[in-house]
Order: sequence, then structure tokens, then C-alpha cells
Amino acid sequence: MNNKVVSSLREAIELSGLKSGMTVSFHHHLRNGDFVLNMVMAEIAQMGIRDLTVNASSLFDIHAPLLQHIENHVVTKIQTDYMSGVIGKAVSRGILETPVEFRTHGGRPSDIELGRTPIDVAFIAAPASDGMGNCSGKYGKSACGSLGYAYPDAMNAKKVVVITDNLVDYPLLDWSIPETCVDYVVTVDAIGDPHGIVSGTTKITRDPVGLVMADRAAQVIRHSGLLKDGFSFQTGAGGASLAAAKFLKDIMLKENIHGSFGSGGITGYMVDMLNEGCFQSLMDVQCFDLKAVESIRTNPRHQEISASHYASPSARSAVVDSLDVVILGATEVDTDFNVNVHTDSNGYIMGGSGGHSDTAAGAKLSMIIAPLFRARLPIVTDRVNCISTPGRDIDVLVTQAGIAVNPKDTELRQRLIDAGLPIVDIHELKELAERTTGAPAHIAKGDRVVANVIYRDGTLLDTIRSVPTK
Amino acid sequence: MDIIKKASAGTLESSDVYVEIEPGQGIQLELESVVEQQFGDSIRALVQEVLAEYGVENARLHIADRGALDCVIRARVETAVARGKGE
Amino acid sequence: MRRSMLFIPGNTPNLLINGAYLGADALIFDLEDAVSPDEKDSARNLVRNTMKYMDLRRCEVIVRINSIDTDYWKKDLDAIMPQKPALIMLPKSGCAQDILTADAYMTEVEERLGWEKNTVRLMPLIETALGVENAFAIASASSRVAAIFLGAEDLTADLRCKRTKGGNEIAYARSRMVVAARAANVDVYDTPFTDVNDDEGIRVDAEYAKSLGFTGKASISPRHVGVINEVFSPSQKDIDYAYEVMEAIRLAHEQGRGAIALHGKMIDAPIVARAQQTIAMAEEMGVGKVVDHE
Repeated sequence: MNNKVVSSLREAIELSGLKSGMTVSFHHHLRNGDFVLNMVMAEIAQMGIRDLTVNASSLFDIHAPLLQHIENHVVTKIQTDYMSGVIGKAVSRGILETPVEFRTHGGRPSDIELGRTPIDVAFIAAPASDGMGNCSGKYGKSACGSLGYAYPDAMNAKKVVVITDNLVDYPLLDWSIPETCVDYVVTVDAIGDPHGIVSGTTKITRDPVGLVMADRAAQVIRHSGLLKDGFSFQTGAGGASLAAAKFLKDIMLKENIHGSFGSGGITGYMVDMLNEGCFQSLMDVQCFDLKAVESIRTNPRHQEISASHYASPSARSAVVDSLDVVILGATEVDTDFNVNVHTDSNGYIMGGSGGHSDTAAGAKLSMIIAPLFRARLPIVTDRVNCISTPGRDIDVLVTQAGIAVNPKDTELRQRLIDAGLPIVDIHELKELAERTTGAPAHIAKGDRVVANVIYRDGTLLDTIRSVPTK
Repeated sequence: MDIIKKASAGTLESSDVYVEIEPGQGIQLELESVVEQQFGDSIRALVQEVLAEYGVENARLHIADRGALDCVIRARVETAVARGKGE
Repeated sequence: MRRSMLFIPGNTPNLLINGAYLGADALIFDLEDAVSPDEKDSARNLVRNTMKYMDLRRCEVIVRINSIDTDYWKKDLDAIMPQKPALIMLPKSGCAQDILTADAYMTEVEERLGWEKNTVRLMPLIETALGVENAFAIASASSRVAAIFLGAEDLTADLRCKRTKGGNEIAYARSRMVVAARAANVDVYDTPFTDVNDDEGIRVDAEYAKSLGFTGKASISPRHVGVINEVFSPSQKDIDYAYEVMEAIRLAHEQGRGAIALHGKMIDAPIVARAQQTIAMAEEMGVGKVVDHE
């Protein structure tokens, strides 16, 4: 065999043996700049293949053409970890007959490896590949950094097609996914739009409320008893979470604390922490900005990890199991500390667990940062509209009006009180918010189940109902 | 005294509300709100209450709400009314 | 207790409704520089309603009205005074007459409301060369004046010098303000530190202001409030000493002694006054007597 390069995407699909009723998979490292899912699905639709399951690690607004394929019954089932607003809205309005299966970033690779969600053909967008399919996300005009979420698909799918816009001579140096699992390589003009793939720079919030919360969050970490040599940390890319990371960095540098690792989706702020000595290494499943991509390409202490290594509950161990602290967001939190990151205030799907419940389960301290209310809607409710992460895995809720500690964490609560931090009961936060905003009327829910939220261990955690159209 | 000219107050930023008022027959209120489901009825009632307080019986209002609290909605309606009366 | 004061632009709902959560002892709702001329009416209504309907928790409210050479200031007072702000901040206060002018109208409004005179107190903002030279006259112009406030941005423009981080150009004005305020027996507040990203600079600047005798300091960034509060709070040592002073006084009274000494030092009236002040602040901060030394 000279190489695995085939002449067209169509040829690759034909060779893969894809038939109606099968499952195709995609990774989301190209985020809202991804061209590959759309080009593959368009080709499949033209070939007359129908009734497919799409298993994608996440779906973004750029994937809106998928809705057409659903209407035409080319796609009849979706498995994913995250779904942004445009597709979420259509799903909430009932476009699919079969409920969406939401998993977590750890549950997805676990279920793929355990054979619970077998993949027939995996289509892997690769910013660099050689003719035999050794590929990487670190090089090329469409560079996205880590290819962590593509590993389980590459290792377990019956057929694997690599799609690249940057074919290099064999062997590609510093490959991430090896040729051993690749069947075909297809070249195209562009796998994505660089502006949608990574942000130029991710910025910390300038909103005063966000800064106050971030400052409090950093103080909670400081006084948690966990901030010492060997400390490990993960944070999301939201403005307040990044600000918290920056304040945490200042504390670590000032107190000369040498942490062990930072993990998760990596931003320039985490790279700064690595370079300034806060961590020994970064464990990177996904890069969010150009600085992170540059770092993973050049710094050997910035390591790429697979989705399983990141968070799989059935792996012998995963990075999340060694996490000390994770900072997470929420659209709603209830008085039992259950968190919703799947639906918005009107019940429409606009997100998903991602690594939320994986890191919450693994970390010693799982912290939610959220304002008391957002556009007049209180964040703390009696019962979240959807349980994305169970309250037993959440330790602290940081708001601008005070910090609520899960009653199970008596020791942590005392530590924070002793440090002079404003600790309040979570019910008080709810009442305070409602005194300010007024009590919101309940939103109408439809009768149909449009999505099942599957916890990382494979059990059903919650269901999401349709939103009635008026 | 009634609304004699078209006027507006507020902005479209988060937590604010944009209120447009102009002369009309009776009260015609058009509300577009990001929290329609949760607070739409209470916002409409509040606007009617403020208009009554200021003796406005004839006006057309277009209101674009970005999740403003009652005290903010009240202030913006009050300002729009005063401007519309030419005060 | 007014260690920190945070400026909040008067026409920005998101900041007005969240101001009370930003950690400052007092909020300065600004109707002047932060509001464009065609939005003065809008901001006035918004600030009034925020004060009337929002629970601002333990925050004191100060309102910066427009200066007396504008058409707005009387309308500002008409709208704001009924909400009983702790202080009215009067910008561009240049001489005693400015204070008397504002005071006369405030008295009129108070009479209209059926309130006692001086229910709402005044804090002249001194931000011109003339104002600095007249600082004592301004501070003592009326019993309504509760404090004076230094505004360095306008002042340096008036002085035709550059505002610097080190603040040498306002050293004289700062000292003059403190002396004038103390001579008139009113409080005195320092100008904001304007580099919102300099976390170390704010500490140096606040410590310097405290060392000169300022009562507290204003800020334009919530990020600076924590440091200002820390710098202007009594230390645990100060608090412990204050309790010792009060205990010594109690004992002396019990024993019918006149002169009181503590650690070999005479305790006179100013020391007692300061101890009482310190204890009041400590109690408000929720810090009590930590240890019994003996």
C-alpha cells in the first residue's frame, strides 16, 4: 500500500461501507469553525443513505444544516455531550422523534469503549495528516491544538476516515492519532474557519460583579486547605472563571505555591500559570485559544490527553480523579445544589454537560460561580429544570451576595467561616434574589421527552421535555 | 396632560429596558421581553400603573425589555412620559 | 463607618442594582460626570428609584449631584433628597459661598418635606486650586458639612500638571485638605486611584492617604474596594488596645480615681475618643475582642 489517500470524500464513504441505519461520529475540536460535519453529512445525504445516528462530541450553531438532514430523515438520532442554541432550540421544539442522548465528556468515551454506543464510521477532521493517517491538531492553517475527543472514535470505530486540509510527507512528526487505526485519508480545501476554531484571545470579565465573584472564588480556594504544593486545578473559559484563575495565579505566585497540574479545556490563562511555575504540567483535552495551541505545540510540559484519559469513569483512572479544585458555571442551581447547564430559562436546550459532571465527581472541591440573578432571573431555584450534575457532587456556590456551602461539607464550611468569608445558606440566596427580582412565573413544559441526560456511569439522570410552541 | 410628542428612554443593555412612547388613542402597549414567560404580565401591569400615576390616558408604547428590575422599568417609563409631555 | 466609597455611574442599571454587592461601605451614585447632559433626567429617575425600591443592604448612599453653576442641581436635590441619602456630594466646591448656596436650597427642601434642618448632610468635592486654598472655609461654612472630599483629576487639570501614580503633584493638596478638615472637625476622603489594574499601586496609595490622616478613600473600581477597606480598618492590635483603654477607664471609675494610666501612659480624652471610635468600627466590621491579654 502506497498510502491511504482516496480521491474524494464520496469514495471514502463508499469504501467505508456506510449504510442506512448505521452510526457516524465526529469530534468538536474545530468548534464553531468546523466544516467537516456539514460536508460529510451533505455527501451522505446525496448518496441516499438514511436513518443514521450522529454521535458528535459536541454540536455548534455552524452545524445548523444538520436540521435539514433530520427533517429529511437522513439523521434520526443524535448522541452528543453539548449542543448550542440553534440546534438546541429545534430539538426542544421536537424535530427528532427519538430523544437526544446527552452524555458527558467522560461518559461518551466510556460508552464507546464498552461497546454501548458502537460507531460504524468515524470522520476525523485533522489539521495535519500524512498519507497513512498519522494525524495531529497542532499544525496547519486549521490548527486546533489537542485532538483529545477524537481518540475514542479513532480507536473504536469500525472504519476511520481522516479528513485534512494539510497533507504532509510521511511520517508526520509528533502525531497524536496513529495510522494503526486509520482506514482512509481524504484531502479537502479547508476543514474549518480558523476564526471559529479558536478565539484570538480569551479575556477575563470586566463586569464588576464577575470580578467580585472571581475574587471570592479565589479566596475560597485559598482557604480550602487544598492550595498547597501539588495542587491541581481546572476552570472553564467563562469570563468570571478566567478571572478567578488569574486571581488564583496571583495568590500562588505570592505564596510561592508549586502546583501539580492544570487540566481540561485550556486557555492562555492556564498557559500563563504553567509558564510562571504554578503547575508542573497541563493535561489538555481541548485548546480554547491561540496561546493554548502555540503552547501545546512547543512546550513538552503541555500534554495532550484523550477524552478517556481526561474523564472516563470506566478507565482504570482518569485525570479528573486527581483534581483538587474545579470551577464550573451554571444556568441554574437548586437548593439541593443540583446544577443545570443543559437548558435556558425558557426550557430550550442550549448547552450540555461537557466535562461538568465528570470534573464535579472527581474534584475534591467543585465550585460553581454564578451571579445571584441574570437578566432578572434568579439563579437559585427550588428545583432546576434539568439536572446536569447532581448536587451531591457540588461543594460550593459562589455568588456576589455570599457563598453557599453544601451542608455535607461541614469541615470546609467551618474553614471558610474562620477565614472571614461571607457564608450564607443557599435558601437565603434564593430568597434574596427573589426579593430583588420578584418571583418568576413557572415556564410551560411540553409533554414529549426530547432528550435524555445520561450520567457518566450510564444511568439516566434526568429527561428534558419539549417546549410548547404557541 | 397627555403625550404630545414621540420620546424614548433607556437602552437595550442587559438589565435595562428601552421605552418608546408617542401620542395615541387609549393605551396601546407592545412589550417584547427576554423574561416574557416569567414576568411579562407583571411588567405590563407595572407600566399601566405608572401611566395611571402620571395621568397618561392616551399613548402608544413600545417596550423592549432586557431583564430590567421593576424599579428600572418604572424609572424608564417615568422618563419617557416626562419627555413625551415635553417637560 | 466609611472606609471605602465606590463611584457608580447614575445611568447604568446593571451597576446600580449590583452596587450593594461590591463590598464598599458607601456608594456614590453619580449624576455628574458619568452622565451625559441629555440623560440627566433619566439618570435622576433611575437613581431615585434605585434608592427608593432596592434593598441596598448595609451600604450608605451618597449622591453626587451636578454643580451649582448648572441647571440640574436643584432638580437633582428635589428628586434625591426625599430618599434620604447619607450625604450629598457637591462637585466644584470653590468657596464658602458655594456651600451656603447649596445649604440654603437643601434647607428649603427639608422644610418642604417637614424634616429637621441638616437631616441630609453635605460633602463638598474640592477639585480646583481655589477650592484647595479655601478648604477650611468650605469645611466650616455650614454645620451641614460632614466631610470634604479631594478630587485629584480635575484639580491636576486646574493646576496644569500631570496626574501621576506617585501623586507628588497633589501632595500639598492632600495635606492641606486633611488639616482643613480636622480643624473644622469634619471627615476627609481621598481621591480614587485610577489605574484599575494596578493591585499593588492601590495599596501603596491607600496606605499613604491613611498615613496623612484621611478618614477613607473613594474608588472607581470594585477591585480596589477590598484593599481600601483593609487599609482603613483598625488593626487587631488597635482594637485590643481600645478595649484595654475602655477597661482601664471602667476600673478607674469603680475605684473613684481621676487620673488614669495604662502601660505607664496617661489616658486623656482624645485617646478615649479614639478608642471608642475604634471599637465602634470593630463592632461594625464584626471583629470583636479576640484575646484577653492577661
